[in-house]
Amino acid sequence: MDIIIVGCGKVGTALADVLNDEHNVTIIDKKEALVEAASNDYDVMGIVGNCLQTEVLDEANVDKCNIFIAVTASDEVNILSCLIAKKMGARHCIARVRSPEFDKQLVFMREELGISMMVNPDYNAANGIAKVLRYPEAINIESFAKGRVDLAEIRITSGSILDGVALSQLSRRMRLDVLICAVQRGDELTIPNGNFVLRAGDKIHMTASHSNIVKFFKSISAAYREKRVKSAVLIGGGRVAYHLAQQLIEMGVKVKIIEIDRDRCLELSDRLNKVDISCADGTDHDILEEERVYDADAVVTLTGIDEENILLSLLAKNNGVEKVVTKVNRMSLMQFSDTLDLDSIISPKTITVNQILQYVRARQNSMGNSVTTLYRLVNERLEAIEFVVRDEKEYVGVPLKKLKLRSGILIASIVRGNELIIPKGDDCLKVNDSVVVVTTTKGMHDLSNIFD
Amino acid sequence: MNYRMISYIMGQILKVVGLFMLLPILVGFIYGEDHVVASFGIPFLITMAIAIIFTIKKPKNNSVFSMEGFVSVAASWVTMSCIGALPFVISGEIPDYPSALFETVSGFTTTGATILEDVEAMSRSCLFWRAFTHWLGGMGVLMFVLAIMSSNDSRTMHMMRAECAGPKVGRLVSKSRFSARILYGIYITLTVSEAVLLLCGGMPLYDAVIHACSSAGTGGFSIWGDSIGHYDSVYIEMVIATFIILFGVNFNLYYYLLIRKFSLATKNEEVRTYFGVIIAATIIIAINVHKLYDGVGDTLRHTFFMVASTITSAGFSTTDTAKWPVFSQTLLLMLMFVGSCAGSTGGGMKVSRIMILIKTGIKELKYITNPRAVTTVKMDGKPVEKDVVRGVSNYLILFIMLMCISVLLVTLNGFTIEESASAVITCMNNIGFGVGRFGPAGNLGGLNAFSKVVLCFDMLLGRLEIYPLIMLFVPRRR
Repeated sequence: MDIIIVGCGKVGTALADVLNDEHNVTIIDKKEALVEAASNDYDVMGIVGNCLQTEVLDEANVDKCNIFIAVTASDEVNILSCLIAKKMGARHCIARVRSPEFDKQLVFMREELGISMMVNPDYNAANGIAKVLRYPEAINIESFAKGRVDLAEIRITSGSILDGVALSQLSRRMRLDVLICAVQRGDELTIPNGNFVLRAGDKIHMTASHSNIVKFFKSISAAYREKRVKSAVLIGGGRVAYHLAQQLIEMGVKVKIIEIDRDRCLELSDRLNKVDISCADGTDHDILEEERVYDADAVVTLTGIDEENILLSLLAKNNGVEKVVTKVNRMSLMQFSDTLDLDSIISPKTITVNQILQYVRARQNSMGNSVTTLYRLVNERLEAIEFVVRDEKEYVGVPLKKLKLRSGILIASIVRGNELIIPKGDDCLKVNDSVVVVTTTKGMHDLSNIFD
Repeated sequence: MNYRMISYIMGQILKVVGLFMLLPILVGFIYGEDHVVASFGIPFLITMAIAIIFTIKKPKNNSVFSMEGFVSVAASWVTMSCIGALPFVISGEIPDYPSALFETVSGFTTTGATILEDVEAMSRSCLFWRAFTHWLGGMGVLMFVLAIMSSNDSRTMHMMRAECAGPKVGRLVSKSRFSARILYGIYITLTVSEAVLLLCGGMPLYDAVIHACSSAGTGGFSIWGDSIGHYDSVYIEMVIATFIILFGVNFNLYYYLLIRKFSLATKNEEVRTYFGVIIAATIIIAINVHKLYDGVGDTLRHTFFMVASTITSAGFSTTDTAKWPVFSQTLLLMLMFVGSCAGSTGGGMKVSRIMILIKTGIKELKYITNPRAVTTVKMDGKPVEKDVVRGVSNYLILFIMLMCISVLLVTLNGFTIEESASAVITCMNNIGFGVGRFGPAGNLGGLNAFSKVVLCFDMLLGRLEIYPLIMLFVPRRR
């Protein structure tokens, strides 16, 4: 497909990175240096210019483009350039709109202005954090097949009952209907077979239905028993904090926000109900003690500076906070994050990129490609892809044990109608099934790619 | 430095060169020249052996940054020149290796300067290989590799930049692979149409193919001692002159014409200037030399051909310019520096660089007369970025410095300063003929081995636009 990306910031470049393999990508930005760097690193065409000028859009062949993605720093520019692009013939437009002021008119913009999709990274990040707080043991949770399958990432702590258990014993001994699809041990990422023995320190990715995931968490952690997060402290009162606070209150969590800027505090207190807001420097240890931050069930660090967030998270962890969530913008610097004792790291950028990518995949899907959802995990080394079985191929109806899968690939689950199947050797694929595949190989476009 | 990846890229390039060595073998069979099996077969096997060793395993770490891009391109050009010279040595037609190397480098860099006293004595397969190196070197081997490569390597820009001519290199479409395919598509179409037109003019098939290849790369190797003048046909001369001028135009323009963006093609300032310079130079020289020829027609015929041949850096000839007045000879020498458009197969400094230099000069003058004046250097109505302007000035300085050093080294040979300088200029600008002893009627055979190696280096410098080759010799700590 022909894709135009406007705005060459963090999100724009990350999108160019993941899209340039399969699609014809053109990037537009005002800054020469950014365009130059992106077109050096990725196989994309770069155009320097203002994305609101029809001349510039014309040069990018906007009339032939399938998806137009506006991710500049300004909401207004994004919306406007989408409108112009739409008028000039772009088929689908995606705008990044982050200001909460536009929240209520998203439907208007979609239906009346014809912008196909609005992405709000702050809202998405808040969503992701809320999900993590709902299951305190989990590091990350993604959902597939319209929420019927969850993909959860957890870390095995020492003393856990999973320590030293072989995967084949898992379902027999514990009667858990989950599938471990990938294990990250140190720097190594493996797609395990039944003989694989789990060890403390491993990070595991598993798929199961929503209720089974809850059951799983209940049985692995003796202390789990309804131990929900009841109180949370958010350090930093930016837009993510605003969205998160709203969601947490809905979940019945007591929320406290610590924000250094008085005006921002006032603004937050105007807009939010039932939230404690303190105007203080959240990086001051004394204040944190005074505010009883360490007594909270969860601490979420949301300041604008990655380094501060990481240090604050480590501090909270050291002081015995059960669940710590860290917001990090520059994920590329986080390759060492496993060596730190941080359990959940959330990157608004990665979430935005994933969301846009899902949309692109869905469009591609409507053009005959069968991928519906795609997640990139573990620093983009692992992909979890959802395929739809469209028509009778040679692999349809054959028991899985008779099919030869390529190495590094696992069929994690099959969704047939409302039923979730954790596949065994005797199961087979049928037309209209949704199949979730976990792989370390990139560039799977079709289900037939996974078989030898 | 990622040496594994560099050798992998080199391997890919050598594979292409190796496979193309099969073509002269085919030509040899057609004309019953039995020596081709040994003289091209052995280099073919050597090239393929090296290529296969280099590409047997794709390196895990496939990161290519500008350093790797430059070094791999420069190293490949040096290696393929060294190997490409072997057929001449093995067949015994150019027995001494430095001369064979000079001939091959002159081929790949589309210079067209020759050391041969008697071209016509060469075998047909060797002559074909000589002309074919022009064709391959014109658009670039790496470009060919990019066009046929199926892998999704995204950092190809660094390599493209090393091989493409001009101050700025961009893609035509968002995928480098498709950009390369489009360029080669245009290149092949133009070459074939030239060959067909030459056939129509009564040229034998073999000659037509050789001259089409040779002019496609704006090279200048002919199969006759007196070059195109041998045919003494106005039609052939005009076809060749037109095509070398067309090959000297930025190829992006043909793409714009193809996708019907005519305004982008016609507004291009560089190409307009290029045509303007050709017309102006033809008229000035014609006035200067009219006494040597009979009538206006004959004068224009020869001056137009020689101007086209010089500015596009082809180096074909129909007449001996050494007999021209000094003024005209000097003007030709200056045209050599101007060269053709960026993004073409021609050589020289490139018209756009000269334009940027002149415009910067005017800007500086304005600044001196009025320090409050604010002016921007513009091309095609768009401001030229400071980095590009600086790059162009640096390029000029480096070019001149390297030229002076080369002239100094070549004067060791004992020729006059004029002749030594013209040899270096013609090599660095990839033209093919100089003045005096090295004029169109002469050849560079009189040079000693050392000078030949220096000039080989100059030709590569000119073709790869200095930086890649320099990178090969820059000491590094990484």
